Parts: sequence; structure tokens; C-alpha cells
Amino acid sequence: MSVHTLTVDGMEVAVPEGATLLDAVRAAGVELPTLCHLDGLSPVGACRLCLVEMETSGHLQPACATAAGEGMAVLTQTPQLQHYRRMAVELFFAEGNHVCAFCVANGNCELQDVAVAVGMDHSRFPYQYPNRRVDASHPRFAIDHHRCILCTRCVRVCDEIEGAHVWDVANRGGECSIIAGLDQPWGEVQACTSCGKCVDVCPTGAIFRKDDTTAEKEANRERPQLLRSAREQHQWQNQ
Amino acid sequence: MTTPSKKLRFATVWLAGCSGCHMSFLDLDEWLFELAEHVDVVFSPVASDLKTYPEQVDVCLVEGAVANVDNLELALQLRQRTRLVISFGDCAVTGNVPALRNLWADVDGGSRQSVLDRSYLELADIGAQHPHAPGIVPELLERVRPLHEVIPVDLYLPGCPPSAERIRAAIEPLLRGETPAMEGTAMLQFG
Ligand code: SF4
Ligand code: SF4
Ligand code: SF4
Ligand code: FES
Repeated sequence: MSVHTLTVDGMEVAVPEGATLLDAVRAAGVELPTLCHLDGLSPVGACRLCLVEMETSGHLQPACATAAGEGMAVLTQTPQLQHYRRMAVELFFAEGNHVCAFCVANGNCELQDVAVAVGMDHSRFPYQYPNRRVDASHPRFAIDHHRCILCTRCVRVCDEIEGAHVWDVANRGGECSIIAGLDQPWGEVQACTSCGKCVDVCPTGAIFRKDDTTAEKEANRERPQLLRSAREQHQWQNQ
Repeated sequence: MTTPSKKLRFATVWLAGCSGCHMSFLDLDEWLFELAEHVDVVFSPVASDLKTYPEQVDVCLVEGAVANVDNLELALQLRQRTRLVISFGDCAVTGNVPALRNLWADVDGGSRQSVLDRSYLELADIGAQHPHAPGIVPELLERVRPLHEVIPVDLYLPGCPPSAERIRAAIEPLLRGETPAMEGTAMLQFG
């Protein structure tokens, strides 16, 4: 297997062919915030939190969706990147309706965690208060679009791992939203097997189990990676 | 700790919030005695009976969002009379629960009318009517705002409510003339 050598913040790392810049950053032991990325799912580059700077060109690239190449040099902690990261997180909060105090995911939310990681103590952007929907038609789960950050993890896990393809993305800009089936109530989409994978991978409190109330959501965000390594490398969690 | 020569003039203010942040402040229990050695409480709904916000306040904790004309007036006044203004709790920092009515901004009549109709007409058992007492019951603003959208804020202390430990960790350095490090889950997590 061929190997690429590159530098991350001046540190030399070697990653296998096919690795992403995010793999290289992690190999260097550097913490980079991510939201849309999830190990085991295909990359989309939707949230832009993992942006890194290419040292020679100065271009910014999403590390999760960029292939690592021989001789690349990337920077991860420049003041410009830190500024953009915090701005991106503030925009996520301003764009939806996030009231952590009574959220099912309070204390177990990746958006909350990245807000802490980027040092967000308030949003400099005015909140939009979009009037979105809650769909509780599924017998066991519900989706509260007010808390959706459009990371598309649910879309990808249902399509790529469960093979049911219940979710899609509809519309654009401020109207953009996740839809079930042909924009139907989730409970009416017969393709849904009720496997709960979308509940497990959703980084926020947008998709949740109906049994759970404030701060009770538990997620299993390693599930796609475990299933993928079981299927592809025949490595099982309990071996 | 060396005792500062002059006590800090300390205030707390309660705008549109549930008073939970103030209750959490009172959870500081015996540390409040220590605080009292370093500050004079010059205005506070829980520790002073003054009705007018005084001049030359050093530090003020402001709980709550800005939701009505009285909140707005007091916010503007305290900014003029205070050196260091702290946004105290999620309602002050983000708008939080009191700002949920902003979701109805685009419906007929707007958020103010919607919340008044719901509370005083639709949910009334008897005598359904809008409150109307000019000069006594403050008018609601159409949009509920976090404090920093109305006045400049010097320090943000999030949490719903911020725990007593978080409040202490934010205030204690101020008594020594230092700025607290607001970082990490213990100091920053919302909710
Ligand atoms: S989804 Fe996360 S950030 Fe949004 S309200 Fe819930 S806990 Fe807060
Ligand atoms: S429960 Fe499973 S099948 Fe149903 S939408 Fe979620 S991931 Fe898809
Ligand atoms: S519902 Fe959850 S997983 Fe799906 S796009 Fe929204 S935030 Fe992401
Ligand atoms: S984690 Fe890379 S763009 Fe979202």
C-alpha cells in the first residue's frame, strides 16, 4: 500500500493512499472540530467546520472531504480559521431554534460541544426564529426541524448503511429541510425499518426517541463505523 | 487574598427571566458572606429594596431577555451607570425561553398579539380580556432580544441557570480586578 507524507501544523505525518486530510490531521494528534463528518459515512463537506489552510496556496479546504496528497502542508489553527469556525457555529445557532435548556439532547449534543470548543459565549448574529415543523408521526421516533443543522448524517446513514433511503434534502437556502419519503409524514413512509440509526447518528436533538424527554437522549454515534468494519473487514465489536 | 481598599458597588437586575439565575446565585450559600466582605450590594431584587438603579455601579449581573418597555428602559439606564455589565444566564445571552414567541413574528398581529391572545383570551377560564393599565403594566416589545442586541455587554455568563460554581468562578476573579477565563464546558455550555 502506498503512503503519502505531508505536514500538519509543521508536524510530519504519513497516511495511507486514499486517506483524507482529516485522517492526516488526526494522525498528527491535532483536534479539529467536525459536525457533518461521521466515521463510517461518506464525506459531504456540508458544515465547513473542519476547514484547513493549504500552506502554499492559502486556500481553505474541508479536511473531511479532501484527499491527502504527497507533500501537502496544511495549517489548522490560524487566526483566520479560528475566526471562521466560531462564526460558523454562531450561524448554526442563529439559523435554527436552539433552546438547550429544554432540549432532549442537552448535555449530549455535538453542536453544544463544538460551541464550547470554539469558545462561543454568545452569537453575534441575530437569531432568525424560523417557524419550522415537528413530525411525531413515527410510532417510536420524532424529528424536530427546529434543531436540525442539515448535516445530512440521517440521509447518509439510512441510504448507505441501512439501505432504506427514507431521508432526502428538499429546497434551498432558508427553506432547505430534511424530508421523509416524498415529503410525507415519517410514520407513513413504509421504507423505514425503524432501525433507529438516524436517531443514533444525529449530532443534535433533531431526531430523537419519543420515550426521551429533556436531556435524556443517548446516541450511539460509532454505530455506522462498527457496522461498516463488521461488513467489510469482518471485524466484530465483541472480538 | 488582599482586601481591596474600596468595596465594589455590586448590582443584580432581573429582566425577562424566571428568576432561576438569581436562585442559583443564592445557591452560593456561605460564599455569599465572603462576597459581602468585598462588595456593597447597591441594587438587587434579592438583596436590596431600592427601586431606582443607582449611579456609579462597578459590576452588574443582568438576568433575563429584553421583552418589554420596562426591561428596555432599565437596560439602557444600567449601561450608562455601570462599569462592567454581565449577561447573566441563557435568557440574557440568547433570548432563550422568553424569546420563543419571536417564532410568531410573521403571523397576523405578530408575536406580541399572539402571546397575549393565547395567555389572556384562549386559555382564560373566566373574564377573558387583555391586560390594559397604561403606566402600570409595561407594554411588550414586538421582538424579544438578548441583552447584547440592546446594550454593549462586557462578559457573558451562559447557563440555564448557570450553576453556583460557574457564577462564583466568574465573579471571584473580578473581586481581584482580574478577568475570568470563560472557556471549557464548565464555564460555557448553554442549557
Ligand atoms: S440540539 Fe444541541 S444546541 Fe440545539 S438546543 Fe439541543 S442541545 Fe442545544
Ligand atoms: S429508523 Fe432506520 S430506516 Fe427509519 S429513517 Fe431512520 S435510519 Fe432510516
Ligand atoms: S436531522 Fe439530525 S442528522 Fe439529519 S440533517 Fe438534521 S441534524 Fe443532521
Ligand atoms: S466536518 Fe468537514 S465539512 Fe463538516
